Amino acid sequence: MANSKSAYSFAGKKQKSDTHIIVVWVDNEAGVLARVVGLFSGRGYNIESLAVAEVDQKQNISRITIVTTGTPQVVDQIKLQLKKLVPVHKVADFKREDKNVIFKEMALFKFVANNGKLNKAFEACKNFNPVILDKTNKSNVIQITALRREIDSMSKNLKKFGLVSVSRTGAVAMTRGSEIFK
Amino acid sequence: MSKLYSGAEIVFKCLEDQNVSHIFGYPGGAVLPIYDELKNFNSIKHILVRHEQGAGHAAEGYARSTGKPGVLLVTSGPGATNAVTALTDAYMDSVPLVCITGQVPTHLIGTDAFQECDTTGITRPCTKHNWLVKDINDLAEIMHKAFEVATTGRPGPVLVDIPKDIQFQKSKYKNYKKNKKLNGKSHNNYSQKNIDELINLISKAKKPIFYTGGGVINSGTKASELLRELVYATGFPITSTLQGLGCFPADDNQFLGMLGMHGTYEANNAMYSCDLMINVGARFDDRITGKIDEFSPKSKKVHIDIDPSSINKNVKVDLAIVGDIKSVLTTTLRTFKKSKKNFSKSNKSQISDWWEQIQKWRSKRSLDYIGSEETIKPQYAIERLYELTKDKDAYITTEVGQHQMWAAQHYKFNKPNRWMTSGGLGTMGYGLPAAVGVQIAHPKKLVIDIAGEASVLMTMQEMSTAVQYNLPIKIFILNNEYMGMVRQWQELLHDKNYSESYTAALPDFVKMAEAYGCVGIRAKTPEELDDKIIEMLNTDRPVIFDCLVDKQENCFPMIPSGKPHNQMLLGPKDQKEKKITGKGRTLV
Repeated sequence: MANSKSAYSFAGKKQKSDTHIIVVWVDNEAGVLARVVGLFSGRGYNIESLAVAEVDQKQNISRITIVTTGTPQVVDQIKLQLKKLVPVHKVADFKREDKNVIFKEMALFKFVANNGKLNKAFEACKNFNPVILDKTNKSNVIQITALRREIDSMSKNLKKFGLVSVSRTGAVAMTRGSEIFK
Repeated sequence: MSKLYSGAEIVFKCLEDQNVSHIFGYPGGAVLPIYDELKNFNSIKHILVRHEQGAGHAAEGYARSTGKPGVLLVTSGPGATNAVTALTDAYMDSVPLVCITGQVPTHLIGTDAFQECDTTGITRPCTKHNWLVKDINDLAEIMHKAFEVATTGRPGPVLVDIPKDIQFQKSKYKNYKKNKKLNGKSHNNYSQKNIDELINLISKAKKPIFYTGGGVINSGTKASELLRELVYATGFPITSTLQGLGCFPADDNQFLGMLGMHGTYEANNAMYSCDLMINVGARFDDRITGKIDEFSPKSKKVHIDIDPSSINKNVKVDLAIVGDIKSVLTTTLRTFKKSKKNFSKSNKSQISDWWEQIQKWRSKRSLDYIGSEETIKPQYAIERLYELTKDKDAYITTEVGQHQMWAAQHYKFNKPNRWMTSGGLGTMGYGLPAAVGVQIAHPKKLVIDIAGEASVLMTMQEMSTAVQYNLPIKIFILNNEYMGMVRQWQELLHDKNYSESYTAALPDFVKMAEAYGCVGIRAKTPEELDDKIIEMLNTDRPVIFDCLVDKQENCFPMIPSGKPHNQMLLGPKDQKEKKITGKGRTLV
């Protein structure tokens, strides 16, 4: 079926894709994550990472942070479609390059190695706020917080120090300064 | 202490408070407590359908012909899944529906219980919102919220899933007060500056066109009146989408007919060549735009829509006005009348060349067809049906296919809410149950389903509903024994390989009508057609009209998919010269 592309799929002049961080405040109710995620999968948008947790217990508000890539038109659609969902209160959108926004991901690394290597591993993590959460004489678990690409390269580079397991979160974001997003 | 009501009673109290007079439904295990209460609420009449999809389409027909939300009540599991097609159809065409489904008791949810399905999960992508009621104390609030969500902003379907144990449990019920303040989702979000800009564009345009859609109809009859006023005040040409037919009189000289894949030559060429396009409540659907890159390349585009996510979705526009059509048009007209008195006269010369050009396109007479004295041409059948019913304020529903396009081209609508057709989803089998819903809402009016023989068989069982409630709907079948639109595509795009598009062993529709207890009429020749139609119109019972039409007739004009608006196929003669090749072959 090589020639059987729909006539409508070769229409668009392709625009440049950018990475955006979309933050969504929602009512913390059953199925709300499925609504948000289903909107992405149903309309063919990307999700690179996802973080969600309740941030206001009194008002039952959860904050969902989604990293996505898309053309300006697609990102606009994502925001507008999200705003139409009934449990969604507000939607913020930041470009990854935005200097006024802090993005962080957290990762847990487990190393199994001799003491010398374990020390070197900790040393290598020192730019990323390392915390040793567990230690035995042949292993440790280190927590770091960093940017996505930093964690990417760390998990590659630390193999030589006995990295055996990686667990990481999606990105969370917050604006710098005294302002908050309304 | 105030009185306690069961969940089932609360459902009906809510329906009463929402002024619901009819619900369409089908009972089953998980909604029996609700059905048990039906007898205690006389103001609500239940219409028993024969399949839950029929309940959904009937509710759609009811909603679209009245502007009120349609309500359906079905059971869990298969009841809910059968309703999914209708919910999706309503979602695509922005029809307000409230679907109440039964669910297995709370403690059985998740156990694969008998007739259990994840109803809210299944219907999440095809409703504006849905709710699973887990606490009896939330039921009333959720029911009222459901009506609010369905009817405000861009209308659409919602679903409330009520487990059986909740239907038995008891709670208080506070009488509902309609909250005037809306929930802040979408609605009006434009400024006077936007309107001024629009009027500035209007006054400068040399080749303007109004492109109007279903949003005008959804905004209420007043919106149609305002639209007419604005179109007359400007003297601009107007074209309409399939869903917008009726908001402007089709026999008016300023009306260019429907646009899009099977739209008129003048409408599509005007869309292609215009310098100002004013989109009022339409959504740049792919059947309208054709090839996006070549869609109306030289025009400034204005988009008036209540749904912000419709703006710039498919086509980038120069001026977006987010708001309810009625409200936007009111403001526009007020400003326009103040600043541009006698505009249509003073502006006449500025757009006279444009009208001249449009007349040239019009002279192609793109809806013409080659008549016949032996066989009934389907277009002729619609024309005669129109001529014989045009003074009767008829309500027309359709199925999906060639007959639908011929109906849109040749039946001339002059009022909104008279035309119910499945445009977005293209649901074969929509028209018959929709006609049931329309007739319920308008018992004294003439309701005709213009059908194809393939479509109508998909929901034929609802004839039984029509007979039960004495609904004198007229099922006007253009019978060509083919799935006509499929056959047409196969002829034009797949080297006449009519793969599975011929229906062998069709039923005898006249006998079928008799079996259902209604009236069957058959027309075989053009000569007898008028008499038979009159016979149908004089029958005060449901009628199945089997109109045997030309089996080979194709629906023209047509924009082959992937082509821009100025490359249309006009008819049998034209088609030989412009053979569809390559990229255009790839649709459907």
